[in-house]
Amino acid sequence: MAVLLLAEIAGGALALDATAKAVTAAKSLGDVTVLVAGPAAAGQAASQIDGVAKVVVADDAAYANGLAEPVADLVVSLAGNYEHIVAPSTASAKNILPRVAALLDVMVLSDVTAVVDGSTFERPIYAGNAMQTVKSNDSKKVLTVRTTAFDAAGQGGSGAVEAIAAAGNAGLSEWVEDKVAASDRPELTSAKIVVSGGRGVGSEENFAIIEALADKLGAAVGASRAAVDSGFAPNDWQVGQTGKVVAPELYIAVGISGAIQHLAGMKDSKVIVAINKDEEAPIFQVADYGLVADLFEAVPDLTKALKE
Amino acid sequence: MKIIAPIKRLIDHNVKVRVKADGSGVDLANVKMSMNPFDEIAVEEAIRLKEAGKADEVVVVSIGVKQAQETLRTALAMGADRAILVVAADDVHQDIEPLAVAKILKAVIDAEAPGLVIAGKQAIDNDMNATGQMLAALLGWGQATYASEVGIEGDHAVVTREVDGGLQTIKVKLPAIVTADLRLNEPRYASLPNIMKAKKKPLDEKTAADYGVDVTPRLEIVKTAEPAARSAGEMVGSVDELVSKLKEKGIV
Repeated sequence: MAVLLLAEIAGGALALDATAKAVTAAKSLGDVTVLVAGPAAAGQAASQIDGVAKVVVADDAAYANGLAEPVADLVVSLAGNYEHIVAPSTASAKNILPRVAALLDVMVLSDVTAVVDGSTFERPIYAGNAMQTVKSNDSKKVLTVRTTAFDAAGQGGSGAVEAIAAAGNAGLSEWVEDKVAASDRPELTSAKIVVSGGRGVGSEENFAIIEALADKLGAAVGASRAAVDSGFAPNDWQVGQTGKVVAPELYIAVGISGAIQHLAGMKDSKVIVAINKDEEAPIFQVADYGLVADLFEAVPDLTKALKE
Repeated sequence: MKIIAPIKRLIDHNVKVRVKADGSGVDLANVKMSMNPFDEIAVEEAIRLKEAGKADEVVVVSIGVKQAQETLRTALAMGADRAILVVAADDVHQDIEPLAVAKILKAVIDAEAPGLVIAGKQAIDNDMNATGQMLAALLGWGQATYASEVGIEGDHAVVTREVDGGLQTIKVKLPAIVTADLRLNEPRYASLPNIMKAKKKPLDEKTAADYGVDVTPRLEIVKTAEPAARSAGEMVGSVDELVSKLKEKGIV
């Protein structure tokens, strides 16, 4: 029983948090070999994760930008030795793993939230409005795991690192550019605290008060889909079923009514605070602490109170 | 160039989902069904490319129960030229898995030879986010998923993709598969005259067997359950009270 885990690479380095969370899910399935389609340093970093038996590194220009076609071909070239192929549910892996599954003539299991046994997994459907347990009858199981559902594996691993050859590149697509938002704030999906604003914030300029609170707390900034659609916040801030799924220690929802699609993206947060002037807002039904107030007064007051 | 847009009929996104008492799935009997919202964006993009002179025909394809022809008519009313319905299930509760859908679409595409396929990035029922990628794999084509901008330049599509942390632009050789994300466009409403006209547009009906595809599911549903409920906590009266509660918990 062996597991091949596709490491998450971001900006040429190992995305440790996402990869370590996937390792936790994967090690219950068997011995974990991590595949790094990227630089040797990322391979070294992956070998330090507790529970990683081995790391194979394919460092080749074809993989530099995570294009689905060459990375999928690489995974498939190694698949023979493994019963499970696992990756964290990131935009990158969700692009690659269904391609891998189809090339292996098996179904993919997306966004797994619990491993029941080697062939049975739980995953959300209908934007998290139902949880389904499914048993795969395929010879190989290809799955992405939702990182908010698993704790990150610790450090202290000492897996052997082996360089492997690349698997070629058919050149079906080529990278042009990345526009990654530069920010000193923590990454949304791994932040300990997230402060999110909704339609109630009212404008892009007004988001500054959300950002001020976030910066005071060392938090990431999120937004509801309504705020993103209204142009108040960039799309990569979107928390929800169609955006990012987060589960921080503390989630502060400001001016967010709490549409189902938003709740699906944050309801696993440990502590939820909601600030909204509408006492009927559904967000209060999931909040640990609710404050009915005008956000334009309450949020600056909160930022100030935390400074003292 | 011909564009194919595959569409799925599923529960309307405004309907509250109810899990069936026997745990076999979600109750779909007598609920409003609509086009998957991401597929609507895909159809809109295909029509816009045609209107911009980049494509000359838009063909919509749906795989599922016979009633999916209503959804195809909606796409025809939006401006698609013709439709293909592949009947693969008798009961609306029988979801056809992305792998089987991709196999049927491959067969359709082998016959139709489109230059581009635009699909929704995921269906909002099973939330698999897989059909486009699987179809690209089976065809041996390039893929550009989660598109927020699509341009056609000669024998390539230049696609801006929504990825973690920002945007990525790639160039993909045609024919290719593009999957639509939310911000690609805002789909139009069909006008009444166009709804009337759509009734006369051609709609071919096939079956999964016509394409020799076995739609037996690979994943067996063990159970379906309501998600764990989160109960409401307490209301606080002021910012100061909120801060002291958070300090008590040791999280700020």
